[in-house]
Amino acid sequence: MDMKRDYYEDIEVFSSGTVLFWSIALFVFLFTLPLYLSSYNIYLFNIILVHVILAVGLNILVGYTGQISLGHAGFFAIGAYGTALLMTHLGLPFFVSIIAAGLIAAFFGFIIGLPALRLEGPYLAIATLGFGLTIMHIIGRWDIFGGRMGIQAPPLDIGIPQWGLSALLDSDVKMYYLILVIAIVMVIGARNMMKTRIGRAFVAIRDDDIAAEVMGVNLLTFKTLSFAVSAFYAGVAGGLFGFVLGFFDPFTFNLILSIIFLVMIVVGGLGSVLGAVMGASLITYLQYDLLKNVDEMPYLGDALVWFSRKFFTVIGLENFNSIMLGLIMLGIVIFEPLGMFGIWIRIKKYWKTWPF
Amino acid sequence: MAHFKVENIGISFGGIRAVQGVSFDVRQNSIFSIIGPNGSGKTTIFNMISGIYKPDSGRVVLDGENLTGLSPDRIARRGVARTFQNIQLFGNATVMDNLMLGRHIHMKTGVLSGFFMLGKWTPCAREEVRHREVVEHIVDFLDLQSVRDQFVSGLPYGKRKLVELGRALALEPKILLLDEPSAGMNTEEKDDLRIWIKDIQEDYRVTILLIEHDMNMVMGISDRILAINQGLKIIEGTPAEVQKHPDVIAAYLGEEDIDAHDQEHRDMV
Ligand SMILES: Nc1ncnc2c1ncn2[C@@H]1O[C@H](COP(=O)(O)OP(=O)(O)O)[C@@H](O)[C@H]1O
Ligand SMILES: [Mg+2]
Repeated sequence: MDMKRDYYEDIEVFSSGTVLFWSIALFVFLFTLPLYLSSYNIYLFNIILVHVILAVGLNILVGYTGQISLGHAGFFAIGAYGTALLMTHLGLPFFVSIIAAGLIAAFFGFIIGLPALRLEGPYLAIATLGFGLTIMHIIGRWDIFGGRMGIQAPPLDIGIPQWGLSALLDSDVKMYYLILVIAIVMVIGARNMMKTRIGRAFVAIRDDDIAAEVMGVNLLTFKTLSFAVSAFYAGVAGGLFGFVLGFFDPFTFNLILSIIFLVMIVVGGLGSVLGAVMGASLITYLQYDLLKNVDEMPYLGDALVWFSRKFFTVIGLENFNSIMLGLIMLGIVIFEPLGMFGIWIRIKKYWKTWPF
Repeated sequence: MAHFKVENIGISFGGIRAVQGVSFDVRQNSIFSIIGPNGSGKTTIFNMISGIYKPDSGRVVLDGENLTGLSPDRIARRGVARTFQNIQLFGNATVMDNLMLGRHIHMKTGVLSGFFMLGKWTPCAREEVRHREVVEHIVDFLDLQSVRDQFVSGLPYGKRKLVELGRALALEPKILLLDEPSAGMNTEEKDDLRIWIKDIQEDYRVTILLIEHDMNMVMGISDRILAINQGLKIIEGTPAEVQKHPDVIAAYLGEEDIDAHDQEHRDMV
């Protein structure tokens, strides 16, 4: 038997006609989205895309490498403040600033990754938690960061205005296209990385670090690398988030946010790039949109407010979000540990080659 | 100069002297077996060779280079690969990914070139394809085509043992440590394994260190055998010499003890 296979098929992004078809359909949908959506919804989509970038990065650390971080809001903050301050104070172009801020976050990720060589599970969780809280407080103290009052993001000009090459993105829709392109690049990049030697080394560390080491994987290099890459993603996401919000303060990047990020990847599916994309989309949508107006829904809203007042709080539906997220988490852990990605796999089995 | 040399190696765990001053030389491309009752320190010797434990005393030397005290990943890069007594695979990855991890030390892809793997012609994709071809030979050799893309955690015991062997082979080691490779296999699988080990010695030109309880296999394929008991060397020699040694017979080659070992393995499976 001398059938020469093309092994590139195994690692290709568009591994079949079906995948290519649906990817193109998705791209067309995403790039024409502003035609059908209200400006509020575009704003929501911007936040979703920012969270997608962050969740994909967090999943590299948690889902692929098996480490934990309760401090990703800290890297997110470094990205947001870093990008804005590099642009306003040093006058650097947007792309230089956001990449530099991402690299600063990556450097902090590397530092946080060092103790991960010895710390595991709860101890690592505490160490990263400490990092997140420290960043929040340092930013709150220093005037250059605007202190507790927060800072205003500069105008989002993605050209080099000093050279007369101005490209001002002065609307949510224009910003949407920028964020969409960056998100697509980051998602495909992550997916590629995970298909190569780097991703396999991460997975090896997650599944059996002793066997990984015995096969030649340097734990120090790859654990710190995973933290650094993950933090870079958080930093870039943060850089974009600053512009989406327009204004932010230290409390934008609180502990709850770090936990919500973890919820995104657990709900979406640990160890799956696509899972992180789905989880970030669903949780952001629930947080910002669906749950926000739930008390205005006919009948159900009144019932929920009554229920919440009776059993949880006096102020109505304040903590409805947390309760819903908690229930979703429970449901996922009990019924589908692979998260939305697991559900997706099962659906895909039925539709394997449709529409061909 | 000996190809591979263990000199006076020893280690204690909280007062228990697990291995006490064991020495042996291994000729290039030979099969060298270590036998001894359970708990006699065989796996501990492997753990010291591969760097998981740091020996309290002694040295491990491969082709004149001292490996003692190096980290396991450095030792792997010097050409030492191994399997584990209780299989240690990457359970939530496919057979192919497990084998590809064996190529880790031969590959160079970094974060950036991995990130920008945008087409067949990119350096990263070319490297990936080249190494997949190498691994595909191992898949064929060990007859793993049927499970190539399956997750390891779902495979039967015998197949997982083979995947682990394949992963170690993929590293293209100079020296391969096999810790009870036939444990839990049926007679048929054991026969196949024996042929594979012989083939690995001949085709891949690898030096093999083998810990094995199946005396038929050990006596049949070993060039030399080291017998240890309670961390101490009893004798080292050819299968014929070792078989005759009264202490070896007393320690565990007696009829009853062989049965006991077999029983134990049946219990484990
Ligand atoms: N990490 C460890 N901590 C404590 N004792 C150990 C450790 N590893 C091995 N030992 C002890 O060393 C002795 C030899 O064990 P081992 O090398 O696994 O034996 P074998 O492989 O010959 O069955 C046993 O008494 C075992 O309990
Ligand atoms: Mg053992």
